[in-house]
Amino acid sequence: MTTPTRTKSRHPHDAPRFPERGRGSLGYWLYFIPGALLVSVVIFYPIIRNFRLSFFHWRGGRAEEQFAGLDNWIKLFGDTEFLQSFKNIVLVILAMVVIPTLLGLVIAALLFDVVGRRFGAKVSSFLRATYYLPQILPIAVAGVMFSWILKPNSDGVLNQFLTFVTGNDVQVNWLGGSYGTAMTSVMVLMVWIQIGYPVVIFMAALQRVDPELYEAAELDGARWFERFRAITLPMIRPEVFVVALTTTIAALKVFAPVFILTNGGPTKSTYVPSYYAYIEFIKGTDKGYAATIASAITILVALVAVAFIWFQNRVERKDA
Amino acid sequence: MTTTTRPVTPKTDPTARNRRRPRTVSEWLLLALAILGALAVVFPMILLLLNAFKSPADYANSSPLDLPQKLDFTGITTFWTTQNFPRALWNSIFISGMVALLAVVLSVLNSFAIGIGRVRGRTWLVLVFLMANLVPQEMLFDPLFKLYDRLGLLSNPWSVIITFTVIQSAFGTYLLSSLLGTFPREILEAAAVDGATRWRALRSVIVPVIRPTLAVLMVFFFIWTWNEFLLPMAFLNTNDSLTVPLVLEQLNGERQTDTTTLVAGTLISTIPTIIFFLIFQRTLTRGITAGAVK
Repeated sequence: MTTPTRTKSRHPHDAPRFPERGRGSLGYWLYFIPGALLVSVVIFYPIIRNFRLSFFHWRGGRAEEQFAGLDNWIKLFGDTEFLQSFKNIVLVILAMVVIPTLLGLVIAALLFDVVGRRFGAKVSSFLRATYYLPQILPIAVAGVMFSWILKPNSDGVLNQFLTFVTGNDVQVNWLGGSYGTAMTSVMVLMVWIQIGYPVVIFMAALQRVDPELYEAAELDGARWFERFRAITLPMIRPEVFVVALTTTIAALKVFAPVFILTNGGPTKSTYVPSYYAYIEFIKGTDKGYAATIASAITILVALVAVAFIWFQNRVERKDA
Repeated sequence: MTTTTRPVTPKTDPTARNRRRPRTVSEWLLLALAILGALAVVFPMILLLLNAFKSPADYANSSPLDLPQKLDFTGITTFWTTQNFPRALWNSIFISGMVALLAVVLSVLNSFAIGIGRVRGRTWLVLVFLMANLVPQEMLFDPLFKLYDRLGLLSNPWSVIITFTVIQSAFGTYLLSSLLGTFPREILEAAAVDGATRWRALRSVIVPVIRPTLAVLMVFFFIWTWNEFLLPMAFLNTNDSLTVPLVLEQLNGERQTDTTTLVAGTLISTIPTIIFFLIFQRTLTRGITAGAVK
């Protein structure tokens, strides 16, 4: 992410890299025309339109817009559904960022260090591919699969399985019964989907680590965990960073798992901000308020992205 | 980014040397653990496979972990015909294929100006294009819905194609800009000496050199678009415009859906992905790391 910045500060007036006599870099702007047009219409028009709308009340359709000032924004911070959806985002970050990153580190180290080196690269890359499979499955398909497994009553696969194991008739309504089981189900689906991503990235990162470092550490009598902490973790820190950034942003925008598994229920308890904004746009009476929710998420995502990049730049400068 | 990833070539192959030492019990246990984890990941799909070929009566009378009494294709044929799965498959292929192609073209054009042309303010330009990737889709859906409605593009694959061409090209522009920023100067100079124009240099020199990266990008754009849910659901409303994930979701939402049909449908919906996965497994693992490794 930082490469363009650094090249810029090093060469303030650098010329195009394709040397052509008598022509400056002006003509290169022509190549932006399709991209600029499309990104303006598809991305920036909606952003501006929704930001503007967040200062209005609007029933939608042909109704008149009424200027609302900061009404919508003030309402947002006292809205229990919105606050609940943010509380859930903390759990979503746990399920999409924290658990997959930690588990991913362990699995990647296991596959690389033990399976790859002692049982052969074929075995480890086959296992890696297996862990990665849920990542490329459409979330909708994964969601339908999980909602089949978690069906309530004796219809559900999980209930039948638990009945078989415990000997009692288990009839838990996992997705509609209580907040606890519904949110846990959503989180399990998220971990299941996410786990392959850090595994693949971290395993690639581990390949950069010089094996002689490990051997030296081994000769010094360092145990596996000491090696992991002292050599592996510092070496793959950039990748940990990228994984944390991309998955955090994905977590803030999460929509489909909630839409498919719980529909925000029971009684709106598993709302996440994206789902809330979507429902307000579709069913709400004030599109201005829906636009406010969507704008708030957009601002938050942008802030997180900027904060991450700023932090990464600082760490890199310290290292240099 | 990609340029600094030197493959480490150890002087001695550690695997070969390590193998001479006999494997310990704890190593076997760790292998078992890794396999158990992988089994847990594929377990839901194994469940699909066990239950998709049961007749409704068989399904009702058996445990989900039992093998089917005999292979029964009722669920699969019901899903295939009533949901018009071939149509959805074609929609998904057409949309994802067009997006993969157009988004790569757009990424190349943008990154040519940024990485080769080094236009002023290029850091900001990359950020502007990246916004397409950062912005949550619920921010886009209502304004774009109205826009496509006015243009008569609702339930038309092009509404989704246009939208995702822009969204996917954000990542492509970001990745290719830093790749082209380190494009070998000698090649560019040689092309200039031969009298090539910019356009000619891009088409006949740069694109052929970066073709492997473009192929990886196309595979990713295809899969990402294939898996998209919110915006396609918003824009595609008629039955014969639905994509594979949408068809399955719609079936899941219908109360009277027979469970075996749903299970069979879910299994069928995973098949294109799995085929794709088997073909492009190497590209995939190479590709995700290309974006991440500095």
